[in-house]
Amino acid sequence: MKLRRRSGITDGAARTGALGGPGRFVERVQRLPGTRTDDAILEVRDLSVAYVTDAGLVMAVDRVDLDLARGEFLGVVGESGCGKSTLLFGIAQLLSPPARIVGGSVKFRGSEIAGLSDKQLRHIRWRDYSVVMQSAMNALNPVMTVAAQMRDVCRAHSEMSDLEIRERSAEVLRLVSIDPVHLDSHPHQLSGGMRQRAMIAMALLFTPDLVIMDEPTSALDVVAQRSLMVQIKELQQRLGFAVIFVTHDMSLVSNFSDRLAVMYAGQVAELGGTRQLFDFPLHPYTQGLLEAFPSIRGPKMHLQGIPGQPPDLAQPPPGCRFAPRCAKVTAPCLTIDPPLFDKNGDLVRCLLYKAGRPELGAAIFPSPQDRPGAGPSLSDLGVANPERTNDQ
Amino acid sequence: MSDPLLRTEGLTRHFRLGGLFGKRTLHAVDDVNLEIGRREIVALVGESGSGKSTIARLLAMVYKPTAGEIYFEGRPLSRLRSRRDKLDYRGNVPMVFQDPYSSMNPAFRVSHGLMRGMKLHRPDLDRRQRFAEAERTMNAVGLVPPGVMLRKFPYEMSGGQRQRVGFAQALAYRPKLILADEPVSMLDVSIRIGLLNVMTELREREDVSFLYITHDVASARYITDRVVVMYAGSIVEEGPTEDVLQHPKHPYTQLLVSAVPDPKTPLTASGPSDASEPPKVVDPKEGCRFQPRCPYAIAECETVTPQLRTVGVTHLTACHVARSDQQAVPPAYFNASKLDASASPATSAVSEHHVRGTSPA
Repeated sequence: MKLRRRSGITDGAARTGALGGPGRFVERVQRLPGTRTDDAILEVRDLSVAYVTDAGLVMAVDRVDLDLARGEFLGVVGESGCGKSTLLFGIAQLLSPPARIVGGSVKFRGSEIAGLSDKQLRHIRWRDYSVVMQSAMNALNPVMTVAAQMRDVCRAHSEMSDLEIRERSAEVLRLVSIDPVHLDSHPHQLSGGMRQRAMIAMALLFTPDLVIMDEPTSALDVVAQRSLMVQIKELQQRLGFAVIFVTHDMSLVSNFSDRLAVMYAGQVAELGGTRQLFDFPLHPYTQGLLEAFPSIRGPKMHLQGIPGQPPDLAQPPPGCRFAPRCAKVTAPCLTIDPPLFDKNGDLVRCLLYKAGRPELGAAIFPSPQDRPGAGPSLSDLGVANPERTNDQ
Repeated sequence: MSDPLLRTEGLTRHFRLGGLFGKRTLHAVDDVNLEIGRREIVALVGESGSGKSTIARLLAMVYKPTAGEIYFEGRPLSRLRSRRDKLDYRGNVPMVFQDPYSSMNPAFRVSHGLMRGMKLHRPDLDRRQRFAEAERTMNAVGLVPPGVMLRKFPYEMSGGQRQRVGFAQALAYRPKLILADEPVSMLDVSIRIGLLNVMTELREREDVSFLYITHDVASARYITDRVVVMYAGSIVEEGPTEDVLQHPKHPYTQLLVSAVPDPKTPLTASGPSDASEPPKVVDPKEGCRFQPRCPYAIAECETVTPQLRTVGVTHLTACHVARSDQQAVPPAYFNASKLDASASPATSAVSEHHVRGTSPA
């Protein structure tokens, strides 16, 4: 049977009837400025992910809004524990207990995917969006050849014949410049960089619209890192898929991503065009991060880093979460949880940019409490129930 | 200048592969001559598998060298026979490990590791002095108040704090040289710089030298005086940090420097996509080990192993091309020519010196 592309979620959802009608929720929410939402492939609204612990819910991702246009490269950066990987797993519907989505919606090509069952997701997983995991060493099966692992994927997600599978596998390996003779290699016979590239090749088996990458370069040294990044970018431009690239190393994506989301303590602290964000960082956290990078060129200067450490998400500080470490902290910061403010198209979660100051833009969302339909505070939300957002 | 603090001569370490009767040998470190002066921070950079950590372990007396000798303050290590002497040396040259999460015993308080190490390496102190010393070192690495921090368990500390404990432990022995093997690579960016600053402060205040092993060239530039670049078990380039990183002579160093992501340069997604084959160090043949990846390779590179040669006052590189040309290797890896522009005149002068055999060194 011919490979059935683009069958995806719309069929699946219609068949099962599990989803509510067209989401009124999204209509309510204003468009995020600076994004090409008319062509959005992914719309994340108010997404919250919590880990259920003995001490209660730990909000690892707290009301995150993101848009991704077709063919866009979005970098998500932040320190460990800021919730960037959890966000990514929340988007890819790969969360497993004790983590679960406690609010918000994830719309992929216009249809809700948060809360779909594995059976429903099977139609779109890998075909329409795929995930490249952090450590290829652990993500690849050490006792199976590359070809066998690709065959597994193809059998699970398509009805290609063995010959077709073999041809397609060789084709994607060539895409990432690995000689197809390595189809019969085991992972240990490949170098670290080749293993990562093989992972990317597997993610491209069905030419998805979206590839989600979780620090794919973190185990590589700088030279291999650089060449992998160049290759990802070339593939992305050639094949036109969108990328969400999670990393802790801001400078790594600086030359590759279109937009950048800086996360801190489960929230998006700043979201804007990569170039603009590097040249004119708005949030004090972003500024601090950028100042923490020693540069290889230019004058040598003393760097400070950011004092202190990220907050415990089980008990986030009242007010701004960055306030305890912030150099520009003021009294209101300690009590007011700042919403995202729009500053010349960039979004920044900092009271410095609050409306009323003449030079600053206006808030796009009033405040979390007044936000339309935000409903009860998140700790009141019981179970993950994506329909909640659709069926009121 | 008198003897350097630590010096290696032809340091070599091979590992035999394939069990007891294995014939193949892996050349992890080949003929390395390294010098570390007093109060000097030296960076050892290179990709994974280049032998950086093997050198650290050789210097820490974890491995015995296959050939060659290490001299500490002029005395060869192979002469150290008694347990007392070896303990002395290890106290003088402690190591800080990469992973602060697995290098501390989770069942004991932080003070435990510190005090035990001191009992071993500084037997002249009594219990109270040891505690005072522990407090002093905790202060020195910025863990305050020391009394409270010493009573904590590792799980109560963040990664950055744990790594500071690692430095405090090393410092408690009043060392002369600290071997820091990727001490910040596991830490978050905002924390890293604080630790690098601790290293420079310790040099100023405690007169410690550092061997800073890393693959992060930018952080090496931030704290070190001298850089040693390793590739496939041998040194390919060494010299003052700014010389080496701003005007790299060896093609591998050029590749390494150009691969460092720099947010301050504009978007250049195109660049040489390096084939990145890992170097062959199992039974290597004669010839330059970088040759298969090198864009400038000439016939000589295939057959003759290049030796370190002077290309600047204290700037050495092991490359045939950098020598035989009248100028430095053309910087094909760089998109911008800004690094090249200032490099060329100086370099060609140096090369001429060299050709005429009047090397300034």
